[in-house]
Amino acid sequence: MKVAITSSGDTFQSNVDPRFGRCPYYIIYDTESESFEAVENKSSLAGGGAGIQAAQMISNMKVEALITGNVGPNAFRVLSAASIKIYSGATGNIKDAVEEFKKGEYKETSAPDVGPHFGMNMK
Amino acid sequence: MIISVASGKGGTGKTTIAVNLALSLSNVQLLDCDVEEPNCHIFIKPVFESKNTVFIPVPKVDTKKCDGCGRCQEVCAYNAIAVVNKKVLIFSELCHGCGSCTYFCPHNAIEEENKEIGIVEIGKKDGTQFVHGKLNVGMMMSPPVIRAVKKYIDKKKTVIIDSPPGTSCPVITAIKDTDFVILVTEPTPFGLNDLVLAVEVVRKLGIPSGVIINRSDLGNNKTDEYCAEENIPILARIPFSKEIAGLYSKGNSIIDALPEYREKFQDLYKKVEQIKNESVKR
Repeated sequence: MKVAITSSGDTFQSNVDPRFGRCPYYIIYDTESESFEAVENKSSLAGGGAGIQAAQMISNMKVEALITGNVGPNAFRVLSAASIKIYSGATGNIKDAVEEFKKGEYKETSAPDVGPHFGMNMK
Repeated sequence: MIISVASGKGGTGKTTIAVNLALSLSNVQLLDCDVEEPNCHIFIKPVFESKNTVFIPVPKVDTKKCDGCGRCQEVCAYNAIAVVNKKVLIFSELCHGCGSCTYFCPHNAIEEENKEIGIVEIGKKDGTQFVHGKLNVGMMMSPPVIRAVKKYIDKKKTVIIDSPPGTSCPVITAIKDTDFVILVTEPTPFGLNDLVLAVEVVRKLGIPSGVIINRSDLGNNKTDEYCAEENIPILARIPFSKEIAGLYSKGNSIIDALPEYREKFQDLYKKVEQIKNESVKR
């Protein structure tokens, strides 16, 4: 299974970025091969609809689960339609987040946890 | 002549200038294009005679014809469409109504339906014709409402347009195709910073412009220095006045309470006309 984690950088030691649509990178982790690749988020600077576009992108990559800080309403709608499981509220670095995910310590999120434009002016 | 009143920074006095300029002239039309928060009517107190609804076309997918190919998502420049699991999701609040998805759909599966985004109200007060737009609460797309207001431009009259603040799409839509832009600023670092941005916009659009310095006795003289360096005419200075602020807070125009200002606003109009004519000659 492929898991996407919102990331502030392109390494396994980078921190989990609290924003879904506007994080700079996604770490795509494959639970079977235990390998990862870093993917740049081209919609991080979009004028609008960054969450929608980002959800479209990770859906196209056949990701089945998402680990992030927060998910807004528009991204939530796309992720749900794409049957991607959402685990929000993650903090710390990517490596720890993956470990916790594997141990089953995250609970699935059933609703958007922030309003639209949450990640817009965060640096 | 069509004169638009704009500023980079908000709260510098656009509405004060637009309203009082309109009230000091005859055969005039005042268009409030600050459709996200129109407030000229508070000072003009017009009687509204008619009202129109503003719509934009948003896509609606015929699921029988759609095969989920994703072409509509690819061509949408505003991220208003997602296609996942062969299903089209439309985010109509992000839709600009450009029609690309309808045009490019290879299966003719997209129809357009009208979505109400605002209203235009038309009225008058004494000799002043008044038109304003109001964007509906929760809507983000103000340019179509601004364009709907500008459809009422009567070129036989002097037209005054109160623009929204800033330098983005709504401002461009409001000041585009006007003959002159009055840029209202205040002599503060914020005022100057945003004035510089607004000057860039009007220059790019090729519209002649001049500056009014409001609350001119506050702040510093950096705005004067900038205008001198850049060769931007200063059309007027309005000192900080408790009397004017008091009138504004009660929804009264300066002209009505202090008739001596009528002549000053008429002089402002003459200056604008003169600069505009000179720029045409050049």
